[in-house]
Amino acid sequence: MSVLVLVEHTEGIIKKKSFEAVQYASHIAKQNGATVTAVVLGNAQSSEIEGLGAYGAQKVLYVADARLDELHARAYAKALIVAAQKEDSKIIIALHDINGRAVAPRVAVKLKAGLVAGALSYPDTEKGFVIKKAVFSGKAFAFVNILSDAKVITLMPNSFQLNKAEGKATVEKLDVSFDEKDFGIKVKQVNKVSGEVSLADAELVVSGGRGMKGPENWGLIEDLAKELGAATACSRPVADSHWRPHHEHVGQTGGTIRPNLYIAVGISGAIQHLAGVNGSKTIVVINKDPEAPFFKAANYGVVGDAMEVLPKLTAAVKKYKETHK
Amino acid sequence: MKILVCISQVPDTSTKIILKDNNTAISSDGVTYIINPYDEWYALIRALELKETGVATDVHLITVGKADVEPIIRKGLALGGDEAIRIDAAPNDAYETANYIAEYAKSVGYDLILCGKESIDYNNGTTGVMIAELLDVDYIGFATSIQIEGNIATVNREIEGGEETDTCNLPVVIACQKGVAEARIPNMRGIMAARTRPLKVVTPTAVAPVASILSYEMPPAKAGIKLVDPDNMDELVELLHSEAKVI
Repeated sequence: MSVLVLVEHTEGIIKKKSFEAVQYASHIAKQNGATVTAVVLGNAQSSEIEGLGAYGAQKVLYVADARLDELHARAYAKALIVAAQKEDSKIIIALHDINGRAVAPRVAVKLKAGLVAGALSYPDTEKGFVIKKAVFSGKAFAFVNILSDAKVITLMPNSFQLNKAEGKATVEKLDVSFDEKDFGIKVKQVNKVSGEVSLADAELVVSGGRGMKGPENWGLIEDLAKELGAATACSRPVADSHWRPHHEHVGQTGGTIRPNLYIAVGISGAIQHLAGVNGSKTIVVINKDPEAPFFKAANYGVVGDAMEVLPKLTAAVKKYKETHK
Repeated sequence: MKILVCISQVPDTSTKIILKDNNTAISSDGVTYIINPYDEWYALIRALELKETGVATDVHLITVGKADVEPIIRKGLALGGDEAIRIDAAPNDAYETANYIAEYAKSVGYDLILCGKESIDYNNGTTGVMIAELLDVDYIGFATSIQIEGNIATVNREIEGGEETDTCNLPVVIACQKGVAEARIPNMRGIMAARTRPLKVVTPTAVAPVASILSYEMPPAKAGIKLVDPDNMDELVELLHSEAKVI
């Protein structure tokens, strides 16, 4: 038996969060006395594919079809099913991200398998196959038991520390017969915002709220983010006022993020906003109102005017980087 | 063209979660229930816009739940749906929900099925994809705009680090988020009209659940905040480096 894991790459370079998924699969495989088979779709570099061994994959099944460089969820799901049959896999893992979330539920339906979406823990096999996940956008956690024989998991990125070891995976080509229906969605245009760190995957995030007073002051947020190599985010009123694009909105009705560091500037900390960010490992709150509720949820706080504190913090980060080169 | 909008009942966003029954259930005491915001603000409103512009002929709302979910269905109808369907079941997981909706959708034959990108209670975002798989049609998630021309949907959707424009043939399931439409408030005429619009109750072919929630847990309280002087940002950076170990 083998634990199957779907691996994502960007232009052939495997994403860090996919290493996390392979390592997660490897831990589950050890629990079950199984091996790990990674599935790579599209054109990826062979050194990258073999490198999955360093995170615990013994084998990689590779479908070198250029059409799969784009997300075609039906084709991806079909490839996973073919791989699962070949490898006798009962446990299939993808990432809880835009791609994984389009593919995993299809695989679950095909296998009549229970699915945990956004896993935060390894399965606890003492009471069944129980996995922890966030619910109510992080206001609580649920322990979900998968009842079916086949099991599908989407892993929340940035939930486990990566440990690289030695090892090369053996690579095998996988034959999948696709049909026209598998490529029903045609991609007409792609607009990537270059140079920006993707918010969903960012380890560090700097976020601004109404306390920033207006879009003209966002340079201060961006300067700090750039110095840290962080992504930028914002609260709902900021997105609603069109100070910032909608995709930057984090909170219960925007994106849910769980970076290592979340710096909230001029955000009061309404329950809806906290729901989207309270999975962050460390929270820094900068607010001139010492009564702001966000301070109760923070690890570090600075009571002060954002316009004055931000340039000082940016300068301090710059100084730190120069002395820690 | 017929549109089916999937709506889900969720606790209002300002709800404080309180656990009960030895942490195996969520207390509903004092909780106000609403239509899942992504379903209402974006999926339902876009469906109504498509009807108003003559692209769609019928907008049906569907939800899976017992009779206590009817108030949110009425609210949906007050915004403008033509007809509502309540699948009479209390599902354990998304797989069950998707099966019930797909079974009904098959019996009518919809050209477009819209839902929110996820529900704000269980945050799975899986029901829409499962419906698409069960109906053997395409699915586009994280949509930020939807145009329909003839038999073709043109959809902008979020991708990692940007957006892309996709096209595909109908029927299709599309999961909506911000950008697809602007939220509306029901008016008096809509609220009155909603009373007379049909609300069908359908008994589904039971499907066994494949997953279930055993218990819940609240997030751990933060250990307490460390305040740093606004004039000493070097100290904050040092704490983030040596104590929090995040930079």
